[in-house]
Amino acid sequence: MTEFTVKMLYFSWIRERVGIEEEQLVLPQTVSTVRELLLWLRERNEQFAAAIEFPDIIRVALDQEHTEHESSIGTPREIALFPPMTGG
Amino acid sequence: MTAIPKIVVQAEDFDQSAEIHAMTSGNKDIGAVATFSGLCRSEGESLNALELEHYPGMAEAEIERSAKEACTRWPIDGLTVIHRYGVIQPGEQIVLVIATSRHRDAAFDGARYVMDFLKSNAPFWKKEHRVDGKPAGWVDAKESDEQAKNRWQ
Repeated sequence: MTEFTVKMLYFSWIRERVGIEEEQLVLPQTVSTVRELLLWLRERNEQFAAAIEFPDIIRVALDQEHTEHESSIGTPREIALFPPMTGG
Repeated sequence: MTAIPKIVVQAEDFDQSAEIHAMTSGNKDIGAVATFSGLCRSEGESLNALELEHYPGMAEAEIERSAKEACTRWPIDGLTVIHRYGVIQPGEQIVLVIATSRHRDAAFDGARYVMDFLKSNAPFWKKEHRVDGKPAGWVDAKESDEQAKNRWQ
């Protein structure tokens, strides 16, 4: 997969820990699955390391659709990271 | 023809009886209206307010997905779902699900199905602001909510 730019969104305590709501990010070619994305993000800095301390609990949506960690990323316009949901 | 659900995500409060009236007026074949509304608890006077964050666009899409599924599973005449975001005080309404049908089973099951999926799949997060001034904290997701969803599969 080639390098591409994507809009990243962060919600709830993940947003608070990384310190940003959204950003444009260039994903490297080495990142092809959702899990690889989480592990790559975790290495960016201390904030991301704190937010993604336990990757298994993080939920990821590609173009506003829930996506499993083993799924390949493809080329979405938007990727969101958030904790388990607590609405209702 | 399957019903087209009404899905609204808004900061403002809503009027249950007005919503029910909008779904039943002019349709004398509706025999059942099942309503669920979720309110903000004070947790024994310890909670000052809930702050609800959501993912605009995806929140509506996820509710709509489960609402449409309910309309194909049961003979539902109408389905309205309203979910609020922002700061909500104890005693205020958070969420409303209304399902109408000819008979009660479809109305009960449809409303419950949408609520069970909304809890685990719709991107909303609650933060608790406490009366005692201790730091606000995010509410943890409950395993029982995930199980409630799985019973429909």
